[in-house]
Amino acid sequence: MSGLEQLYQQIIIDHSKHPHGVGLAEGEETSHQRNPVCGDEITLALRWDATGERVESVAWEGSGCSISQASASLLATLAEESVEEGSPWTPEELTALIEEFRDALRSRGATPLDEERFGDAAALSGVSKYVARVKCAMLAWVAAEDLLQRRAG
Amino acid sequence: MLTQYPGGVTAAPLTPAELEGVRAQFPILAREVNGHPLAYLDSAATAQKPLRVIEAESAFYRESNAAVHRGAHTLAGEATELYEDARRTIAAFLAVDENEVVFTSHATEALNLVAYALGSASIGRGAGASAAAAPHALAPGDEIVVTELEHHANLIPWQELAARTGATLRYIPVLDDGALDLEAARTIIGERTRVLALTHVSNVTGAITPLEQLVPLARAVGALVVLDACQSAPHLALRPRELDVDVAVFSGHKLYGPTGIGVLYGRAALLDALPPFLYGGSMITTVTMERAEYLPAPQRFEPGTPRIAQAIGLAEAVRFVTGIGLERIAATEHALTERMLAGLARIPNLRVLGGTLVTNRVGLASIVVDDVHAHDAGQVLDEAGIAARVGHHCAQPLHRRLGATASLRLSLGVHSTADEVDRALEAVASIRPFFGFSGGDRA
Repeated sequence: MSGLEQLYQQIIIDHSKHPHGVGLAEGEETSHQRNPVCGDEITLALRWDATGERVESVAWEGSGCSISQASASLLATLAEESVEEGSPWTPEELTALIEEFRDALRSRGATPLDEERFGDAAALSGVSKYVARVKCAMLAWVAAEDLLQRRAG
Repeated sequence: MLTQYPGGVTAAPLTPAELEGVRAQFPILAREVNGHPLAYLDSAATAQKPLRVIEAESAFYRESNAAVHRGAHTLAGEATELYEDARRTIAAFLAVDENEVVFTSHATEALNLVAYALGSASIGRGAGASAAAAPHALAPGDEIVVTELEHHANLIPWQELAARTGATLRYIPVLDDGALDLEAARTIIGERTRVLALTHVSNVTGAITPLEQLVPLARAVGALVVLDACQSAPHLALRPRELDVDVAVFSGHKLYGPTGIGVLYGRAALLDALPPFLYGGSMITTVTMERAEYLPAPQRFEPGTPRIAQAIGLAEAVRFVTGIGLERIAATEHALTERMLAGLARIPNLRVLGGTLVTNRVGLASIVVDDVHAHDAGQVLDEAGIAARVGHHCAQPLHRRLGATASLRLSLGVHSTADEVDRALEAVASIRPFFGFSGGDRA
């Protein structure tokens, strides 16, 4: 596989063309993140379950490059899967996951994303070799982090 | 073959042997990127440096480094001589007087300098400690006119100047094809216009602004004309006096010179009347605890230790381009531009911002590929060893006007070859297929 094919794995191209989790409700709390270099934009919401302690879903809207859009879609998918598996994220778990994601993406290829933990989102590992694209992949995750930090207040 | 050069001059393009000789002077062109010979098609962002420029800057540090315009030792004298010789070289390049050439850190600083100085004049500050630069003061009711083509560096300083003085900022709109609306310009530039600030060449479309139609409108109402020549200086002979502009700025690093150096040409009478921008050492005659008297231009606008090595490097870059001849560079690039635009026109599902007009433009093309974000498109070129710019190129309003958030820009330099253009065309054609859009499955 060429470097380009590692970066744009089929999972990423599929998610960028058919994104999951798109659609925000009016008035819900969101975090808007922007990459001024290329104009990527993500507005993202974390929806909490009845207890208010677990993430029920991740919803978002945005525009930009395939990496930024696929990454948001993959985060939403990972949230869905955590619910389906009966272990929706606590704020602490999601915070830890975001940290791990950031460490892997900043590792310049040294630390791939753990497929057990990240599922299809592990396909984003290839981004870490492309320093200029890390910010694209981080955008949705930074938005989630921003909401978690606000919640922790 | 003789090629019509945008200014109406005819010159012969470089022969293959001459082009090889030019390329051999750029050490970086020997590099490989991602297993391919580097094809550098991002000269509009920053140009590569010929060895003689790198050596000139380095030689100054090795042999003559000293502060200029102060001290009396031998090295200080040599450094001052080299620095002022650089100014004379730039002045000759522009066919202006040396006291009309101010060195700045970059073109952005040069534009900010003019806008800020006009702002200072507007609150009664003068070129001396007390003399007011009244003729250039702006007030509510006055208008500053820019164009919708502008790079942010020739827009935001004017937004700020308008905000500080109460003047109104207006702009000449762009038509759907990327050309300036000259009819609208005739109504926008009027009695209230005090400043017309515009680009010589768009950094997005590559189109050469029809100054001969716009400058007279400003002249007729006594407005200052400020020209952003960043994208023209490397490609065509820049003659501010022939263009009848009051100010022209360009950056050194786009003209095969070092980073950290820009040039501000200002008509002598204007520079003499404008208050300083930055204040400090090297720009004064007498200082007391209460007030200061300033040196005449250009020193008044060059406070602090100036960019000595960079100015010397830029002068060498100017000797490099004038040695080849701007007309011949333009003729060579023009042939490649025709090749590039014709090739792009053959690729389906692709739009060139500003159309594919070949006349009156320099060698750059900003492309929007259907369904593929510019950042993704650029990655395909990078994989093929081709350096191209992606993004909005610091021209968000123009991109918005032309219905794009970002584009992929190919821009030529003096060292560009037909082979590099062909490689870029092939890579551009492969973008949609790579991402699984019509044209076949991913390779």
